[in-house]
Amino acid sequence: MPGAIEAGPVKRALAIAVPIAAVLILIPYVVPPYQAYLLSSGLTYAIAGLGFNLLLGYTGLLSFGHAAYFGMGAYAVAFLVKYLHTGSMELFLLGGVIAAALVSALIGFVCVRYTRIFFSILAMALAQVLWSLALKFYWVTGGTDGLRVPTPTLLGGLVSNPEDKLDFLSGPYYYLVLLFFFAAVAVMWVIVNSPFGKALQAIRDNETRAAFVAVRVRRSRWIAFVVSGAFTGLAGALWVPANGLITPDFMYWTFSGKIVFFAVLGGFRTFAGPIIGAVVFNYLEYFAVATTDYWQLVLGAILVFLVMALPTGLVGTLGRLALKLRSAD
Amino acid sequence: MSLLETRKLRKYFGFLHAVDDVDFSVRPGEVLALIGSNGAGKTTLVNLISGLLRADGGQVLFQGTDVTHLSVVDRIRGGIARSFQLVNLFDQMTTFDNIALSIFSREGKTQKLMSLAGADRAVRREALEVLSQFGLETKRNVLAGVLSQGERKLLDVGVAYALRPKLLFLDEPTSGVSTREKAPIMDIISAVVRSEKITAVIIEHDMDVVFGYSDRIVAMHQGAILAQGTPQEIRRNEQVSMTLIGAPSFD
Repeated sequence: MPGAIEAGPVKRALAIAVPIAAVLILIPYVVPPYQAYLLSSGLTYAIAGLGFNLLLGYTGLLSFGHAAYFGMGAYAVAFLVKYLHTGSMELFLLGGVIAAALVSALIGFVCVRYTRIFFSILAMALAQVLWSLALKFYWVTGGTDGLRVPTPTLLGGLVSNPEDKLDFLSGPYYYLVLLFFFAAVAVMWVIVNSPFGKALQAIRDNETRAAFVAVRVRRSRWIAFVVSGAFTGLAGALWVPANGLITPDFMYWTFSGKIVFFAVLGGFRTFAGPIIGAVVFNYLEYFAVATTDYWQLVLGAILVFLVMALPTGLVGTLGRLALKLRSAD
Repeated sequence: MSLLETRKLRKYFGFLHAVDDVDFSVRPGEVLALIGSNGAGKTTLVNLISGLLRADGGQVLFQGTDVTHLSVVDRIRGGIARSFQLVNLFDQMTTFDNIALSIFSREGKTQKLMSLAGADRAVRREALEVLSQFGLETKRNVLAGVLSQGERKLLDVGVAYALRPKLLFLDEPTSGVSTREKAPIMDIISAVVRSEKITAVIIEHDMDVVFGYSDRIVAMHQGAILAQGTPQEIRRNEQVSMTLIGAPSFD
């Protein structure tokens, strides 16, 4: 019954995704507004993590420059506010994704000529160029002061001018983020399971042989790079109106490191890894900052522990535990 | 007319003349064995023809067209495929996906982002058929990296075969497996090659395999062609047997 086998992965994915989606939809009704907002920023980061992991987990390319696309998405929104005086969230997202895709197409075109450490360093160096532009062209970007982004209007003005920003962020905005999070997960899941996704995995495993089954290696890597950048740009565009401000810090390489952290924390060998990693990281950072002045030390220690004790990340480790429990029955 | 022809094909590595002005040809429909001791230039010749290496001089003509300067991908699309001496697979992908990728690629579908690979019934059917031809159907959900060496050798050939090439190079399909496993592997490969009437070039050291499975033999020595002919002719050729096994006769 080949039909039954085909339906397998889709059914299995839905069996996991539907209950989680239901919980996420109900969250704002059961937790305090700030917690809903915190979760939504974790979900925003998760979209960036998904984009990043198309390169690391599926194509075998470790980018240390993804802050550039997150920042580009966010700055594009700020430019729309500054120069076009628009407050439309739909335009923000469109502009953010297009800007990030264009920039990643340009940077990716250069980077995909290399692999391994050379790719990583080049991706970082070119991202740093963008950061320095954001820093130095202060008459455009506001320099270190950054650019303000006011609370946007949703659905072409149907939802606008909220009385209380937190109510807005934990209500309509939470659902907007959730909608795009669902869409991003669905689209990325299809991509990694498409023939193109298989070709990427083949390139990751064995670039030479991939060419010998007529896969156009560089072109495929480049397309993956642009998709990855566009996802990360979408995350930046979703994140900036909630934050209200974009500064060059979010284009700096340490922020790229954070995105890498998402994937390592959750596990880059699994589809769900960077999603879980991003959400968990967001909470970790929040609690670390709230409880100690040495929060970077706490995060650093966690990273060291992860790499040494849980190299497959949270999702990989949980997966193995589940297998063990099942075989013990 | 030859399916494939090289004219004065040359590759030097420093002072080593790995392939030295070789005129080599493959006729349509034949199974040709390429023999020679280690370092004779067999694999280098195949690397030049398949595009893994760039030639220092000479030409490669495939179906009368000069492909000397084409990329690997363009040669594969033109109909030349190969397997590898050291198994060269996609280890973190399943056996099924290793084969399915060749089919997607052949059909120009590897640029499709928004459709599920598993939902393509035609590709699925063909991949399962190829797997069963190579005796790997029960391993379809196993990662290629954990197959046995013999299974990996078969899958390596299967990946090249699934491209449905006009000319298939098999670089030592039985190297690295136990003597006991050699015959079953060659039987499977030979059955596929013969039943699908594929033109194939087999690089092989095992003379039993060479004499048992080929229509014609080309012997190389020190980057040049030493002799060519039917298995009977080569078996009787004293120069070849002296060069290859150091004895005046293969018997």
